[in-house]
Amino acid sequence: MTPLFSRTDNSVLSRWWWTVDRGLLAAVGALIVAGIFLVATASPPVAERVGLSPYHFIIRHLMFLGPALMILLGVSLLPPRWVWRLASLGLVASIFAMVLVLFVGTEIKGAQRWLPMPGFSLQPSEFMKPAFAVTAAWFLAFQKESPRFPGNKIAVGLFALVLGLLVLQPDFGMSVVTSAIFGVQLFLAGLPWIAVGGLVLLAALGGVGAYFGFAHVRSRVDRFLDPESGDNYQVDKAIDAFQNGGAFGTGPGQGSVKLSLPDAHADFIFAVAGEEMGLIAVMALTGLFAFIVLRGFSRAMDSSDLFIVLAVGGLLTMFGTQTLIHMGSSVHLLPAKGMTLPFISYGGSSLWAVSFGMGMVLALTRRQIRRGGITRGRR
Amino acid sequence: MKNAFPFARHVMKLVGSRRSALERAHGRLVLLGAFFALAFILIAARLVDLTVIQGDAFRRDGGVEIGATLAESVDPLPRANIVDRNGVLLATSLETPSLFVDPALVRDPAALAAALVRALPDVSYGDMLQRLQRKGRFVWLSRNLTPAEQYAVLEIGSPALGFKTEYRRIYPQGDLAPHIVGYTDVDGRGLAGVERSFDNLLAAGEKTLELTLDVRVQHILRRELSAAARTFSATGGAGVVLDIETGELLAAVSWPDFDPHFPGTADRTALFNRLTLGVYELGSTFKIFSTAALLDTQRGSLGRQFDARAPLQVGRFTIADYHPEKRMLTVPEVFMVSSNIGAALMGEAVGTERLKAFYSDLGLFSPARLEIGEVGAPLIPSPWRDINTLTASYGHGIAVSPLQMVAAASSIVGGGTLVRPRLILGRGAEVCDPAPCAKTAVRVVSPETAHRMRQLLRLVVAQGTGKHADVPGYMVGGKTGTAEQPAAGGYSRRHLISSFVGFFPMDAPRYAVFIMLDGPHGTKESFGYATGGWVAAPAVGKVIAAMGALLGIAPENPARGDMAESLSQYVHVEGESGVHASE
Repeated sequence: MTPLFSRTDNSVLSRWWWTVDRGLLAAVGALIVAGIFLVATASPPVAERVGLSPYHFIIRHLMFLGPALMILLGVSLLPPRWVWRLASLGLVASIFAMVLVLFVGTEIKGAQRWLPMPGFSLQPSEFMKPAFAVTAAWFLAFQKESPRFPGNKIAVGLFALVLGLLVLQPDFGMSVVTSAIFGVQLFLAGLPWIAVGGLVLLAALGGVGAYFGFAHVRSRVDRFLDPESGDNYQVDKAIDAFQNGGAFGTGPGQGSVKLSLPDAHADFIFAVAGEEMGLIAVMALTGLFAFIVLRGFSRAMDSSDLFIVLAVGGLLTMFGTQTLIHMGSSVHLLPAKGMTLPFISYGGSSLWAVSFGMGMVLALTRRQIRRGGITRGRR
Repeated sequence: MKNAFPFARHVMKLVGSRRSALERAHGRLVLLGAFFALAFILIAARLVDLTVIQGDAFRRDGGVEIGATLAESVDPLPRANIVDRNGVLLATSLETPSLFVDPALVRDPAALAAALVRALPDVSYGDMLQRLQRKGRFVWLSRNLTPAEQYAVLEIGSPALGFKTEYRRIYPQGDLAPHIVGYTDVDGRGLAGVERSFDNLLAAGEKTLELTLDVRVQHILRRELSAAARTFSATGGAGVVLDIETGELLAAVSWPDFDPHFPGTADRTALFNRLTLGVYELGSTFKIFSTAALLDTQRGSLGRQFDARAPLQVGRFTIADYHPEKRMLTVPEVFMVSSNIGAALMGEAVGTERLKAFYSDLGLFSPARLEIGEVGAPLIPSPWRDINTLTASYGHGIAVSPLQMVAAASSIVGGGTLVRPRLILGRGAEVCDPAPCAKTAVRVVSPETAHRMRQLLRLVVAQGTGKHADVPGYMVGGKTGTAEQPAAGGYSRRHLISSFVGFFPMDAPRYAVFIMLDGPHGTKESFGYATGGWVAAPAVGKVIAAMGALLGIAPENPARGDMAESLSQYVHVEGESGVHASE
């Protein structure tokens, strides 16, 4: 049997196959498969509750998955230079869309985040995050390359712009994730430790500010700190789910908590996994996520390109932070915050955006032919 | 980079700084990776904690309950049924929804309270409003709703409301035997009767409890008792049908009674169990005991005469007869006309110590042993003086529960061994054929005395004060009792306790039937008499007539001869007027 790609084959696909991190690719593939199963088991009760066909979300998830895979693989084919070009284009587009959202967006559950599209709604801020991560990484790295270029200032300006747009929606979760991305990138770019401490302080102040500035943030945190103070229905249910699942789970489709969780297919899909698959499977799932983050970091360690280190660090921080917030909310280690679980949860925008981000990670962590520096732009 | 390059130093520095920036980035990336690794480990640890450590306890507690969100997840077992001896349901548990609220989810308490008042008939707006605003996550609003009420509440559609399945205690026989069966509170805890005394067993919900009661006999007894009580305007009454052979209570009634579903709204006097908890001075029925004591101690034969010509003076007390015969009376005559003087003299003849020992043997000095908690302790004169011996011989100065008296009388009539009344149907070893094996082996009087007493009791019904209790063919025997009740400053002539204890068939007594009325008033039909022979004896007769047919006891040919006739040599009846139909 001849291998699919020969070592000597010099086509784009073959080169991709031999340079891409196949471990990372396999882990992402495993997540996607797990996601199909979990959406299939978690979404029918949700669909029935809102009066849709039980298969509604499953079919749509599969439909979203096609473009998602194309984005993931297509982006991962790109050379690093094209990655940041695409990202900066994407950033401009998503910032434009986010401005648009403020005026024509659909308001869902008290926030204006969605852009109505034919057949579905798009959440531009989802795409903004990975695009911003790569763009900011490039500016920060380029400042190091040519100190006279005001890369740092531009990056900070971009950050302030997107953060402002997020706060206007308002979207506290995304603001946290975006801040985490940029904070990590500043940290990796060599911010002095004093400034790092200052940033942490600033983040804490921002959190406190959000606590006092936004009623819903305050109520969520209050309910986390003092469960008696209000309704913790979703979190209680999620914890019930894990407890009911035990080590081996109730079996696929046998869970009962999803019947009473409104967002079982999205923001609380991890709890459904916990109930039906049990500890062993959710541990495996957690391990997969951890593997992707750490594997990506380790690939970035091999890179001698600061842009790649910053971009991959930022993208994986986004990925990891979203994962941790989702899991942390489900197991009541964090205040309840609706956040999709990358590749697992139902949701077109998040799936595509995460594929876009992970595609860029795959592209940037491909084994490079050492060249002086791709990041220096036109040569 | 060549050294010749003009900006070599600058470029070198640039490259150097880039290199150091890269190294620093790599170093910090390791820190970042460590942070993420730690965070994921924390998640994993929490997962182990939730699923395995807490999960075990969670699943032990019953796991997830779909629908019920905040209520305790364990459903109670339904409380066990109580049935009568034939398996007729006396108490059962029905599954009903109970309404609770999670006050944290209530948005507009006033509107919700108003909606609840519209949906539920028996709640008040203020109470609901107050409950909706309580602290906590679980507050009962209304228990044991009907399906229609539940539907009305569901119509409100508030997410703060929830239902929890509970079991409501239902008594299909209603107020037939509430004093015996008892009742429970809203949480299903037994508060009275068998419900209370067997609370743990019933709460376990595993085994149906069978009582000795027979609802048919119970119904007959209750019907006749309440009819008599109404006819004679009594304030209360009690009745019992006892199987002398086995001690089983076929029927046990206290009147007035109440609906066990709503004990809270019942009158205090209705809740009171007059049969087993109340203690009364029962009067002349006690002559059964003093006469038996006399006959059993061999201190005199039936022909022995007692001087009833004048009231008896003992110290400052005077013992008089209700309808003085003013002559010497033989033992059967004393018993038949129910002479207090004669009975007192018999008690004196027996002697204080012997009489006390005999009463004690009959169980009259200690609370009856019965399977319910509502058992009254007798009131015994203390100290017991000689005068007490005299009065106790005709049932005064000593108060016992009616059931106690009936059991003691049954012990004598049944053949001389102690009868222990019981409410719980025995199964297994206790059931044997022939039935007498259920009798205790404690002998209180000799069989000869028992036989004499049967004759005497038959005489009372055949020729004496208990004529109204007679049922042709069933050879009823019995004894009337009419006692003035203690009142302020002595005894009240107007407040009587009138009773009749009957036995049948007298040649081999099987059943004791007792009816007592508290505070009866004479009617035109009773010629103004409110005595036991006039108010209680007819009711006992009716009970016997009805239950004899029901239980399939074949009547005997009345022409066969009356067992009381052998006593005729001792009975000197001066015409019809010689025996007053009263005592």
